[in-house]
Amino acid sequence: MQTLLIPEIGHFALIIALLMALVQGVMPLAGAATRRPLWMAYARPMATGQFLFLAIAYLCLTASYLLDDFSVANVANNSNSLLPWYYKASAVWGNHEGSVLLWSLILAGWTFAVSHFSRELPRDMLARVLGVMGLVSVGFLAFVLITSNPFTRLLPNLPDDGADLNPLLQDFGLIVHPPMLYMGYVGFSVVFAFAIAALLGGRLDAAWTRWARPWTNIAWAFLTVGIALGSWWAYYELGWGGWWFWDPVENASLLPWLAGTALIHSLAVTEKRGSFKSWTVLLAIMTFSLSLLGTFLVRSGVLTSVHAFANDPSRGLFILALLGITVGLSLVLFALRAPRVSHQVGFNWLSRDALLLINNILLVIITVTVLLGTVYPLLLDALNLGKISVGPPYFNALFVPLTVLLCLFMGLGPLSRWKRMDGRDLFKRSWLSGLVALLIGMAAPLAYGGEWNLKVTLGLVVALWIVLPMARDLWAKTRHSAGRLAGVKRLSLAYWGMVLGHLGVAVTIIGVTVVSNYVIERNVRMGVGDSVQVAGYTFTMTELASRRGPNYLADTALIEVRRGDSRREFVMEPEKRLYLARGMPMTQVALSPGLFRDLYVAMGEELEGDSWAMRLQYKPFVRWLWLGALLMAAGGIMAVADKRYRRTVTVRGPEGAPTARAREATA
Amino acid sequence: MTPKRRQKLFVILGLVSLAAIAVGLTLFALRANINLFFSPVQIAAGDAPIERTLRAGGMVKKGSVSRDTETLDLAFTVTDYVDDVEVRYSGILPDLFREGQGVVVVGELTPDGWIRADEVLARHDENYMPPEVAQALAEAGYSPEDYQANAAEVAKGMEAQAGDGDARQTN
Repeated sequence: MQTLLIPEIGHFALIIALLMALVQGVMPLAGAATRRPLWMAYARPMATGQFLFLAIAYLCLTASYLLDDFSVANVANNSNSLLPWYYKASAVWGNHEGSVLLWSLILAGWTFAVSHFSRELPRDMLARVLGVMGLVSVGFLAFVLITSNPFTRLLPNLPDDGADLNPLLQDFGLIVHPPMLYMGYVGFSVVFAFAIAALLGGRLDAAWTRWARPWTNIAWAFLTVGIALGSWWAYYELGWGGWWFWDPVENASLLPWLAGTALIHSLAVTEKRGSFKSWTVLLAIMTFSLSLLGTFLVRSGVLTSVHAFANDPSRGLFILALLGITVGLSLVLFALRAPRVSHQVGFNWLSRDALLLINNILLVIITVTVLLGTVYPLLLDALNLGKISVGPPYFNALFVPLTVLLCLFMGLGPLSRWKRMDGRDLFKRSWLSGLVALLIGMAAPLAYGGEWNLKVTLGLVVALWIVLPMARDLWAKTRHSAGRLAGVKRLSLAYWGMVLGHLGVAVTIIGVTVVSNYVIERNVRMGVGDSVQVAGYTFTMTELASRRGPNYLADTALIEVRRGDSRREFVMEPEKRLYLARGMPMTQVALSPGLFRDLYVAMGEELEGDSWAMRLQYKPFVRWLWLGALLMAAGGIMAVADKRYRRTVTVRGPEGAPTARAREATA
Repeated sequence: MTPKRRQKLFVILGLVSLAAIAVGLTLFALRANINLFFSPVQIAAGDAPIERTLRAGGMVKKGSVSRDTETLDLAFTVTDYVDDVEVRYSGILPDLFREGQGVVVVGELTPDGWIRADEVLARHDENYMPPEVAQALAEAGYSPEDYQANAAEVAKGMEAQAGDGDARQTN
């Protein structure tokens, strides 16, 4: 049979990709160091070849899944002949080996994209960037081949059928969440490679930032969407309505996001003002290192969660060594070379530069506190000092006040000017917005909940404080002799990106605030005919039924929902499923989504007397959480579309200063 | 001092004080919010603090789950096969909660020696045993094989239950 050879082809392709990555990692870097154009010219073809062969390897694994080739251990452990084809295709990354292969494929994809879209880069810079990415790829491909080969066979005793994919993962979320998240994680390798290349070449100028910024923004946007998808998935899949758990695995994705957020802002300063250079480089190293740390935490099995597929200590050690080498080498390089790229530019304490510096400091502090809470239990455990866990109260106690502080400065950011500005001017532009934010923030909880609530006020004031000064600024900026529309057109896409991004933060904050404070949860016992009232909605159980899915059996409850006295009603159908291959039960939540409220119904367990424990929840504004994240990501992408990134940049202003003045109004 | 130097000094002072505040807050928050894990043996020996949030775990003793007939209150016993501790909880149990299998609860130990659980955590899939529980059991003299055999038995029972409507391919 032809199908029998597919895994072997994949395996060979993987080995070829590793060899190509090795050439790509060594030759261009050596060529750039010794100024040999021929050696540097290896970079682009090797990047293309590596991507091609990894794609072949990846397709081979996918083919083995789709063809139910249970002689492949990876397929036998994670798939089943009854699984629908789209879950078979995404089950590839629903396990350790396949997900690391996807990681490598995406890394090769980013490398290919850089080699394709950055042709105008100076030759030695391109060689160094691709070389560094090649070296990262060598590490990961060696990891796949040595410790986590997805093509390992189970011969000759192959099973008749697969052990099935974990039912928790049999969901649309699996199809979209991991690839998005990985695009973000791995995407930060590009700016990391740019940073290392700048250190190696001893050159970091405005052109460099203009090359590095779009890649960083895109990676950041992917990561934002990936995290939001994860949160949304957890919300409806885990069956109890939480959307963020401060689970170490979630923190692992939040850490590079926080550092990446600091990075995109510090890159803005570096581009506009030519300052913060060594800091930007350090942040780039930090962001990618945190991505690697995240991979280590999730993939090494030191954490126990849905995401920890495998518990093999050699794998953990390998990634830890990879992480140590990357961080160690980059920091040594940074210490040796950073003085060469740094550049002193003075600024006043009341200026956009200073506000962005505060933004960076606060974001780094937040990152460090989250990091500490995440790895502290692991460190204690590794040192045999006891098993502890750090729960949500720790993270909330630190994250919330620091974020509020961050947002206070964030409100002023868009109004401020580079280099220096008049304090009275800043006050004049912002006091009214501040007052309005304060008044609405005070009044809204009274109007909504009937009683005053400090947390809600704080959240709303902060969100409005981000939006209102920006809106006023936008109004002032679009004033134009030829009318508003002409004014709108005059603003750059980069500016609109910033507006959208900040608006997204405000929207998310409103969502978090309202849903955390006004959620109504009731856990009740319900039988057929029972009615329960939650937040003005009447839930009536009309029927209990059983049905069969493709690979599961389900108990279904029909719940009639009516709002107040209205005539209209609708039916919600939560399910309790039993997946047959693993004998594993799963809760299938019924949702009635809306912009201002979600109704959330989940079946708990069957109780005696034909009744069920039911979870009924009213979740106001919960969608705003993810909507805000989408806005942020859209902002990040829009900023990249700005025309200055599409131009071939060859002229380098002296540290970017003259160009900064010309665009003062836009960014 | 030149203005540049002064600016540098301010940056450094600002950074140091912010870092100090952050570290202080962090340590305070860590101290107040760390939950230690205790096994039933340790609880029986009186090692666990009373009325402070803690984590406890072990196996759910077979036949120990009892539910109130009107409300969602329930009680069960967690054991490491040496000592037992009673857990009371009100609400919905996770899907993979089962008698004879591993569980971790988060809650407070009452002076009467039972745990008022705020949260009950079971595994994410059938092969997984919470590491704290595995270690506690190992210390009590049980090997992984013991409870894996136990778990397999439970799983078999489950399958038999589901078996009637089950047209699963067997070849």
